[in-house]
Amino acid sequence: MNSYLDTHIVDRQLKNKSSFRQALMNSFTMAFRGLLKIKRTPEQLFDVTLQPIIFTLMFTYIFGGAIAGDVKSYLPVIIPGILVQTVISTSVVTGVQLREDMDKGVFDRFKSLPIARIAPLAGALMADTIRYTIATILTFVMGYIMGYHPEGGLSSIIIAGILVVVCAWAVSWIFAFFGVIARTASSVQGISMLVLFPLTFLSNAFVPANTMPNWLQWFVNINPISHLVTAVRDLTNSGTVGVDMTISLIGAAVIVAIFAPITVRAYMRRV
Amino acid sequence: MKTVDTNSEWAVDASGLVKTFGENRAVDGVNLRVKAGTIYGVLGPNGAGKTTTIRMLATLLKADAGSARIFGYDIAKDPQIVRQLIGVTGQYASVDESLSATENLIIFSRLLGLSRKEARVKAEELLEEFGLTEAAKRPLKHFSGGMRRRLDLAASLIARPPLIFLDEPTTGLDPRTRNQMWDTIRKLVKSGSTVLLTTQYLQEADELADRVAVIDRGRVVAEGTVDELKQSVGSSSLHVSIQNADQIGAAKELVERILNVQAAVSAEGRKITVPLADADAVSDLLLALRKEGIQSAELSIQKPTLDEVFLTITGKGAKKEVES
Repeated sequence: MNSYLDTHIVDRQLKNKSSFRQALMNSFTMAFRGLLKIKRTPEQLFDVTLQPIIFTLMFTYIFGGAIAGDVKSYLPVIIPGILVQTVISTSVVTGVQLREDMDKGVFDRFKSLPIARIAPLAGALMADTIRYTIATILTFVMGYIMGYHPEGGLSSIIIAGILVVVCAWAVSWIFAFFGVIARTASSVQGISMLVLFPLTFLSNAFVPANTMPNWLQWFVNINPISHLVTAVRDLTNSGTVGVDMTISLIGAAVIVAIFAPITVRAYMRRV
Repeated sequence: MKTVDTNSEWAVDASGLVKTFGENRAVDGVNLRVKAGTIYGVLGPNGAGKTTTIRMLATLLKADAGSARIFGYDIAKDPQIVRQLIGVTGQYASVDESLSATENLIIFSRLLGLSRKEARVKAEELLEEFGLTEAAKRPLKHFSGGMRRRLDLAASLIARPPLIFLDEPTTGLDPRTRNQMWDTIRKLVKSGSTVLLTTQYLQEADELADRVAVIDRGRVVAEGTVDELKQSVGSSSLHVSIQNADQIGAAKELVERILNVQAAVSAEGRKITVPLADADAVSDLLLALRKEGIQSAELSIQKPTLDEVFLTITGKGAKKEVES
């Protein structure tokens, strides 16, 4: 019966650094863990399933008549806006869940294993792209049901969807940072909302910026969220790739370049 | 690439480890040396610094001062190598609550570089070994404390590390499960592993450990084999309760004179506890008490407990430490 324990310990090869390949493999395994957790507790998908449905319905019928004259002509404006707003705010959950996860005993084991230090973080963030994908698909489906038939065609919609998921992943590093440094999960939620609300509402997501005061227009125009919304509108409504898409991707890259290292460092310090 | 010489004499060689949390010096200059292939017990009450010490040795926590080597590798300079040599089983199960036992083991195996197929085989082997096959697919939420500990230990053994840290492996387990755990630990050492375990129970150290360090307030206050420790405590201890609290001073003096060791008075000031090397001396003591007119309310002789080890070594009871 004790076959396993009877085998003797063999001498082993030791390395002090984990390779890039190992980091990637470890991160994929951690992402796999994230997916398993979603499978085990599907109720954590409530926010990404209900929010796109409710928000799309609500904002379209509240603002539609006032802003665009009627609901149908508001759809090309609001659907990209709602999409960006919903998916980006979904990325807050990444930070909250990371905090909860890090407080559990299993994180001690991850830290004591000879794996790439970044893997538990990167894996968690990777697994969350599945959440963004669900929110993206549902928003487009809701729009379609309400009569949104964008000119750009299916391929442009898919590219737009991928763009939003990539940017949301980048933004989630910000919330992951809060998740690592905060003491409780609810404080992560609090700080993140403080960042998220100005960012999503002080943009062109819901209304055209030209009726706002000048100082606000200035902010709206430099807000990366506005560029992402415009990029999605260009793609879905006319199938064109504009300068806004480049700006969005550069913005995403900058966020990752800043927040990935400081998040990992803060995470390591807590180790 | 380096290889480990698991025959190197010291599995753990720590000196002057310090960890401070705010004002509290949780670990205050701990020295430990654990010979490879042995079981080493770290004995102490709650809050003595046992867990913090283990967490530093396992690279989970950075030491504020001091250094430690695991099989010759420095925990600060070569942490990634150290992690390849150790397995850690925490006081609170370090497994994923929301996943099943199999899923846990597969994920840890994959992280350790096993292929998908190898990971599945390894998980099955370990579940079989630890008697968890039937519960393999159930989520851990429904696991008993003992099952969780077993799974936790199984997860520590995936890579067969030469050194295993067990933080209070049997706290909260029923006697049967505890004995199973002890058997497993003995088997581990027989197959060449080194085990460093913490415990609150002298009996556990007695059953398992080759050597023991007694730790109190972040310091090692005694070190040696279990027999050596017990000799320092006396084989048993004597408790005398005095009826009249006013006479406690005189009674203590008398006890110390006749038994020739230091005695301690309990907090409420009526009970004297003293290590007892020679049971014959008790009758002398009773006669002397009668002669001095000191009435005893209760008298008992107890086998040594952690309390007595503490009493002798630190001059105060272990229980008081737990409360403070």
